[in-house]
Amino acid sequence: MINTLIEMWQQPFIIRAVVVGVLVSLCAALLGVSLVLKRYAMIGDGLSHVGFGSLAVAMAFNLAPLEVSIPVVVLAAFLLLRISESSKIKGDAAIALISASALALGVMLISITTGLNTDVCNFMFGSLLTLSKDDLALSVVLSAVVLTVFVLAYNKIFAVTFDESFAKATGVKTSMYNMLIAFLTAITIVLGMRMMGAMLISALIIFPALTSMRLCKTFRTVTLCSALVSVGCFFIGANASFIGIQVRQGHGFITRSLPTGATIVVVNLIAFLIFWLINAIKGRVRK
Amino acid sequence: MALITCRGASFGYEGNTAVAGLNFEVQSGNYLCVVGENGSGKSTLIKGLLRLKAPIEGSVLMGDGLKPTEIGYLPQQTAAQKDFPASAYEVVLSGRLSARGVLPFYTCKDKAAANESIERLGITLLRRRCYRELSGGQQQRVLLARALCATQKVLLLDEPVAGLDPVVTQELYRLIAEINHNTGITIIMVSHDIHSAVKYASHILHLKNRQAFFGTTTGYLNSPVSKAFMGGERND
Repeated sequence: MINTLIEMWQQPFIIRAVVVGVLVSLCAALLGVSLVLKRYAMIGDGLSHVGFGSLAVAMAFNLAPLEVSIPVVVLAAFLLLRISESSKIKGDAAIALISASALALGVMLISITTGLNTDVCNFMFGSLLTLSKDDLALSVVLSAVVLTVFVLAYNKIFAVTFDESFAKATGVKTSMYNMLIAFLTAITIVLGMRMMGAMLISALIIFPALTSMRLCKTFRTVTLCSALVSVGCFFIGANASFIGIQVRQGHGFITRSLPTGATIVVVNLIAFLIFWLINAIKGRVRK
Repeated sequence: MALITCRGASFGYEGNTAVAGLNFEVQSGNYLCVVGENGSGKSTLIKGLLRLKAPIEGSVLMGDGLKPTEIGYLPQQTAAQKDFPASAYEVVLSGRLSARGVLPFYTCKDKAAANESIERLGITLLRRRCYRELSGGQQQRVLLARALCATQKVLLLDEPVAGLDPVVTQELYRLIAEINHNTGITIIMVSHDIHSAVKYASHILHLKNRQAFFGTTTGYLNSPVSKAFMGGERND
């Protein structure tokens, strides 16, 4: 097993995948705290479906997937934000409407053109190993932008997340910061979609924040803790998926690799349950 | 010149006027209570005073060098806030954002101001505690400390005692009166609680989608408006 890992880690495509994975996990975890607290978690889910739709379009017309998806998903993010801010249409229903429509259009387009091949499966459920060198460069640059902007806007993001009316009254341009959060989320989702898959990327945003909120009491510790949890779960999940599990076949055992995105989500779920359990035990002890 | 002057101001939403014909002045050091029934235009007036809403007619003038972003605002709590993971200190410190402007990080001066405001409200022991674990009254004190961080001149409080029990309510009223008395900070408070309003405020503004009364508290108690409003409440 150790040998497999060492061998794996010498492959350039694995290194690429891990670099992108760590960066995307970090971005998703940081933004996730604000999204979960603002009750915007569903926007992440909606955006990933829109992302899938736009990937299908890119594939149908033989275009570069990331370059097409990023502007489409950013636009969708602004639209979803507008909808959830306006009181006329209820936000969650509108998000479900848009995400289902995007997914349906994507699936239709795929059936007409390429059919449900491995590429499509990779977009839906993720694959770490299909990243090209260009994808790597774009991912690194964009995640660096997301992380820098997040750190610089941290205090404003806290204020806007905790209390929009107060922030507005003290002269913070809250709608600009809401748009900034939506914009950064859109980029993170597109970057993460290759690795996690359109169906699973929203877990990367929601889980670390919820996990760290079980135990952490301040915004700063919640943010730092979810960054750590997210990167940690990615490492464990990615390695577990490389190693795979032994399954019995005929008289012997063969190794089956695990799907990356799904494994990472399951590791996140386990982390959540552990944190929840520790919190419950702590509560008991205090009583 | 007065700190805040409303001259024939009206505010509303999308063509509907919520409150009209406002003519009043708030002097530095006043304690003004804005009273009126639900839907009488109190919240709209607050948005107007915070410059989040431009008047449809008339004008709102700020005097004594007051900038709109220098108003310490205590909004009503939202549901999301009640289980928010943040320390009391983080919440109070965010009151310094208006002073921060475009700079991304807080300075030592901001942190000192936050600590001073925490001490002034007697919540030093809660400084590191998690906001969601505090009682309703303690949460209001934290938010009041944050509002104090944002201002040297005027506090605008939107129903600060909503949902608090009677003992805590009285404590909070006393605290607000103390701030007004000791530091000379002007208080503008929106309140349902007319009896406490007349007990603590120096001036009363009574809204009924228009200005039904504005003047000193003594003047208000002798006016027909108050007799109808307060008498009506006692009969409930």
